[in-house]
Amino acid sequence: MDEQAVLRAVSRMARQLVEQNDGPSGLILLGIQRRGVQIANLIQSEIQRAEDVAVPLGTLDITLYRDDLIAIGPRPVVGESSLPPEGIDDRVVVLVDDVLFTGRTVRAALNELMDWGRPARVFLCVLVDRGQREIPIHPDVVGREVSVLPSQTVNVSVPEIDGKLAVDVVTIPMEAV
Amino acid sequence: MSVTESFIGKDLVGLEHLNSQQILNILDTAESFKEISDRKIKKVPVLRGKTIVNLFFEPSTRTRISFEFAEKRLSADTVNISSKGSSVVKGETLVDFARNLEAMRIDMVVMRHGSSGAAKFLAERIPSMVINAGDGSHEHPTQALLDMLTIRDQIGYIEGLKICIVGDILHSRVARSNVYGLLNLGAEVAVCGPRTLLPADISKLGVTVFQRIEEAIEWADVLNVLRLQLERMEGGYIPSLREYNRVWGVSRDRLDCAPKDLLIMHPGPMNRGVEIDSDVADGPHSVILDQVTNGVAVRMAVLYLLAGGEPNTAEDAKKGLKE
Amino acid sequence: MKRPLLIRNGRVLDPSQNFDSQVDILILDGSIAFKGENIKAPEDAQEIDASGLLVTPGLIDVHVHFREPGGEHKETIATGARAAGAGGFTAVCAMPNTNPVVDDPAGVGFVIAQATSAKAARVYPLGSISLGQKGNQLAAIGEMVDAGAVGITDDGNPVMNSGLMRRAMEYAQAFDIPVADHPEDLSLSGQGVMNEGLVSTRLGLRGKPNASEDIHIIRDLLLAELTGGRIHIQHVSTAYGVEEIRKAKARGVRVTAEASPHHLVLTDEEVENYNTDAKMNPPLRSSSDRKAVRQGLADGTLCVIATDHAPHHYDEKEQAFDDAPNGIVGLETSLGVLLTHLVRKDVIDLPTLVDRMSCAPARAFGIPGGTLSDGSIGDVTIIDLEDSWVVDKSSFLSKSHNTPFHGWDLKGRAKFTIVGGEIVWKLDT
Repeated sequence: MDEQAVLRAVSRMARQLVEQNDGPSGLILLGIQRRGVQIANLIQSEIQRAEDVAVPLGTLDITLYRDDLIAIGPRPVVGESSLPPEGIDDRVVVLVDDVLFTGRTVRAALNELMDWGRPARVFLCVLVDRGQREIPIHPDVVGREVSVLPSQTVNVSVPEIDGKLAVDVVTIPMEAV
Repeated sequence: MSVTESFIGKDLVGLEHLNSQQILNILDTAESFKEISDRKIKKVPVLRGKTIVNLFFEPSTRTRISFEFAEKRLSADTVNISSKGSSVVKGETLVDFARNLEAMRIDMVVMRHGSSGAAKFLAERIPSMVINAGDGSHEHPTQALLDMLTIRDQIGYIEGLKICIVGDILHSRVARSNVYGLLNLGAEVAVCGPRTLLPADISKLGVTVFQRIEEAIEWADVLNVLRLQLERMEGGYIPSLREYNRVWGVSRDRLDCAPKDLLIMHPGPMNRGVEIDSDVADGPHSVILDQVTNGVAVRMAVLYLLAGGEPNTAEDAKKGLKE
Repeated sequence: MKRPLLIRNGRVLDPSQNFDSQVDILILDGSIAFKGENIKAPEDAQEIDASGLLVTPGLIDVHVHFREPGGEHKETIATGARAAGAGGFTAVCAMPNTNPVVDDPAGVGFVIAQATSAKAARVYPLGSISLGQKGNQLAAIGEMVDAGAVGITDDGNPVMNSGLMRRAMEYAQAFDIPVADHPEDLSLSGQGVMNEGLVSTRLGLRGKPNASEDIHIIRDLLLAELTGGRIHIQHVSTAYGVEEIRKAKARGVRVTAEASPHHLVLTDEEVENYNTDAKMNPPLRSSSDRKAVRQGLADGTLCVIATDHAPHHYDEKEQAFDDAPNGIVGLETSLGVLLTHLVRKDVIDLPTLVDRMSCAPARAFGIPGGTLSDGSIGDVTIIDLEDSWVVDKSSFLSKSHNTPFHGWDLKGRAKFTIVGGEIVWKLDT
């Protein structure tokens, strides 16, 4: 997907979100560190453009909730979790991530969310669903479903980190597998 | 998910053998952990299922509590052992005691001990990770890390800053860890105190020595004022507490003579009216309570980084650094 | 009658007679009978082919701790005497700081009896200066000398009271024995556990300044001068101490002094990593002190090499540095260490080493040996100067393994140790 394709997908995701919730009020967008944060930003500005409402935005770093911390050895850098000042109690929290794969990241994010408060409802919104789930988790809003081989990976690029906005399917070189 | 550039090894024994990358890594990680202590539910599951023993052969309230908060906020299971209730005083050797703990399948030991080198001694003999919470007059690395985090928070940088440690340098593990850590990060470091409380050849570590507090105040950007152990009088190191306060005490009047405002730090617990006057300790440039807050974050960071450390020993880590 | 022993074709080096030549030595009935070329062996003689080996008067270590009675888990007189033999020593002087302290003739007799039954190196006891080494009143010095003590010392618990030290030096003169002192002002040493300096500051260990040793060296020299007595200063480790002894010797003070292998070879850097096998008293000092001790050894100011062999059980050393006891074993490493690190590096020559390890110690304590002159006791050490070996503490005959030299590559060691014409040690290769 090139930049145009991503933007089109984001715009549709924003519309679906607002539709399924009868308008943007009560919504909170939480981007999962790192690239989910930028996708959440894009969705927020899309809603702003269409509805003229600034949906509260936050970020969630799930590092400390991962289930593979000991196995991965060297410590990942811990990012920031920042929630809107009004909190998440009784709000509709929309978790935003770039790629949905095994579901483990979302599991961690849900656990962290429950430590922060008690949302009225949690939505899951991903730019790419590449399938191959290991945990029974299902997205509510999807930008694009792609089917890839286990030897392939889905790379989402965002301008803030990668200098461009795109989604690429890359084959992992054999020696790295 | 990016990964840290440098590991700190199996144990944290001291700062002398850590490089600036490793120290900055700990400070940066601590920065992220600060926010957890502000949450409503101050707990993340990162050390769930880990057993940590806080082994304190010397009485310590602050450090032990700070470690305990850090451990609990990371969901570890903790056991506190202090020398009064343990068999070590009954003649059991440190190594036997540690092996007994080890046999109960623990993951980490946080130890304070009256003998310099005790943390390293233990770290070389048990596979569990060892965090030095103060060994004799040697090092107290987490205290120095929280001091550095506080300086960085307040001033924004450490490199090139002039930091003077004031007081009983001879017996102070806090002083040594601060000297090593700050020099590693490129600060200029000085020490100030009566000659009886300065160790031999201290200047060879690369620090400036001031014998009078006035000179130190004129020179420094930051004063880290150490606690004066009251038993130093009986040891014949100083004539009296009153005299110590008159000559080396950090007072409002003295600070008013400084060319600029100084950041005032103290590792606690303070003897008000001895090494530091109350109006300084409670004054606008005192960051003593920020140090306490940062202590928990720094200790969480160290626990987190060690728990995911390489499965190698402290020895290997140090060899790697030397090469 | 003992079986005669003929040592053939060795390079015989005897500094006591300025003798250095390839000859045979015949030992008859425990004494050196004569030296010469192509000696005809008596019929029943045992022969040692010493071709390519160095034959010297038996080495003597005037400063060892054998721990018996009271510390038999660390060493016994028998294991210590065997370790001495393995290190090339034919005689040692045992310090009296056992439990109980050797402060009476019975204690002296016990050490001699144990040593006799060990059938290894000879063990000459030293008695204590003060009763129980408590520093209050003199021990039974005359009776101990009658029982076989060759000197007195409160090593391990040195005499702080200078008045008592003066009396000891005066009193000992009647028996012509040296008063050996471990020079240390305990109030200056305080809680120190190593040399005071940059390393102690870095490691956060409490230091002992050189001055704590120097002050008592000067005291001892002044008292020797005052009383005309013989003072033997143990394990000198400081540059200033060496210089003061040199000056005192020049003005005629009756002083002998020791250098220890560890002070000749190591510095306080060895304590790095809290190595308790580098913890001893006096502590390892700076490299400039080491240099001065080497110079003192070379010019004869420190005329005696003594190991201060101080065995400790492994779990006593397996402690935090502050808590570990002082001392290292030295009997089985000293010859190799000194041949490798002093002689091969031209700090001293071979005759000087043999003098400091054999001739001078015998003179300092008035004990037999230290010479191969005809008629003297048949104590001989045969050394292979070319034998390369690696120190392996697990192979020590000493009960204890507390050495900082484990794993060192050395060249040269004793091949035969002969006491009174009998082989007490033979290196198996």
